[in-house]
Amino acid sequence: MREVKISLVGYGVVGHGVVEVVGRKRKLMRDLGLDLKIVSITDHTGTVISPDGIAPEKVIGEKTLQNVKNSDASSKDIIRSVNSDLVVEVTPTNIVHGQPGLGHMEEALSCGKHVVTSNKGPLVVAYSRLKKLADEKGVMLKFEATVGGTMPLISLIERTLVGNKILGVRGVFNGTCNYILTRMAEEKYPYSFALNEAQELGYAEADPTYDVEGVDTAGKVVILANSVFNMDVKYSDVQVRGITEITPEALILAHKRGYAIKLIGEVPALTVKPMLVPLGSPLAVGSTLNAAAIYTDLSETITVTGLGAGRIETASAILSDIVSIYRTKQIDAIF
Amino acid sequence: MRLSMDLELQDIPGQLLLALQPLKEIKGNIISVVHHRDRKTPRGTIPVRFIVEMDRSKLERVKSELQANGIVVVRAGEERFIEEVTVLLVGHVLDSDLGDTVNQIDSTGFAEVMDLSLVMPGIDEPSSAYLRIRATGKEEILKSLAILRAVGAQKKLLVIEPIEAEAI
Ligand SMILES: NC(=O)c1ccc[n+]([C@@H]2O[C@H](COP(=O)([O-])OP(=O)(O)OC[C@H]3O[C@@H](n4cnc5c(N)ncnc54)[C@H](OP(=O)(O)O)[C@@H]3O)[C@@H](O)[C@H]2O)c1
Repeated sequence: MREVKISLVGYGVVGHGVVEVVGRKRKLMRDLGLDLKIVSITDHTGTVISPDGIAPEKVIGEKTLQNVKNSDASSKDIIRSVNSDLVVEVTPTNIVHGQPGLGHMEEALSCGKHVVTSNKGPLVVAYSRLKKLADEKGVMLKFEATVGGTMPLISLIERTLVGNKILGVRGVFNGTCNYILTRMAEEKYPYSFALNEAQELGYAEADPTYDVEGVDTAGKVVILANSVFNMDVKYSDVQVRGITEITPEALILAHKRGYAIKLIGEVPALTVKPMLVPLGSPLAVGSTLNAAAIYTDLSETITVTGLGAGRIETASAILSDIVSIYRTKQIDAIF
Repeated sequence: MRLSMDLELQDIPGQLLLALQPLKEIKGNIISVVHHRDRKTPRGTIPVRFIVEMDRSKLERVKSELQANGIVVVRAGEERFIEEVTVLLVGHVLDSDLGDTVNQIDSTGFAEVMDLSLVMPGIDEPSSAYLRIRATGKEEILKSLAILRAVGAQKKLLVIEPIEAEAI
């Protein structure tokens, strides 16, 4: 049995999901030979530390750690000083400076700890630096949940499609935009109406700019460009147009001619823009779904679809990344 | 109907007139004549391409008259525009001179707007236009899209292109 001590940094929607999923899958993980233990959880208010593993029921009902914390050390101190093998970084995304996640990841990698994250910010801002640091320290940086949430994309390309040359990736990477466009097409709602509905259902933030202006999708385009295509690009290299100008009339007109309108991110073209997608295309997914088409030399086009966000769904991608780190280690051991 | 004809003419004076004669008789509207003097065939003939607006049912008659005049008909009838693409424009499509937008495509000679529909929800509200464009080839489709993109940027229109137009 391989014991894996995890420090969880960030205890919001995804952080709670991680605690729940690791708890729920404890037996399955043990059957795989992994004993996953969350030994510390940190949020804004402080940290809970328990070297033998934090019981999920002790923290899952707590919105913040205010009432259960037993340390006030800074998040970086915690990352450094708590005895852990792996840091799950799930603090809020900031794609301008990447903080606080960037500092957390640098600290973790420098200490020789693997990093698994759903936080796009640090990867958009400093992917190559983080990757280099991870390589130097012989640890892994895994970020499946940052692009397409639970939809397997990066691991699909890196593992399953290995041997293929990846010619391009095109996809619907923002569930909020996709929900709005789907509802506008279905109900002939004006944009503002569909946005309100998405906000009421919790699919869109109070300030939806980040999603509807294409910023979030562009961040994912940067991550794919840097990680899958080794391109070393920045956010400003992406040409971005959001969905705010789309009208129900445009959607109806498109539909009559057999097309949906989707916000499409594309690599290596580095574009984010609304595009016409044939209604029969596997990329023409509805509701909050994400989808990605991977264009390859040997396998032609492979398309995947799945939920791009959600507490449990995102945590599921994080769990897969955790397992893959130790599976990779096993394969390495054969050589 | 717009048809194209690839002919081979003898390299002697008066051949072009001879070739035009049958088209004149059926009142075909000749759009363009491209003379490839520089591409003389091994037989010593000169390739010429006609683009003609004419009744398709008269094509056989034209072909046999051309042949009777000693002109080689290499290929005839196939439409010149072989590639098509759909584009949507959103914004003040009409106010920003839709005629000019269409003309920027039509005037290329390699592409034309073959179908257009416009939806205007109300005054001062953005309208949407559906454009079907055809062109002489894939390359020309991409060039047409580039023209529309530039026009869109200049006229502040959102240009929505289809994903299949640009293969990765
Ligand atoms: N939600 C999804 O479905 C989803 C899907 C894919 C990716 N993501 C990404 O995953 C990350 C987490 O998302 P989320 O929805 O869980 O966000 P969230 O609910 O806002 O949670 C963020 C957590 O990070 C904590 N935090 C903020 N600054 C911190 C600091 N300096 N040190 C330690 N903790 C800090 C917050 O604490 P306080 O509450 O005390 O401020 C909160 O617990 C984001 O980067 C997001 O973009 C989310």
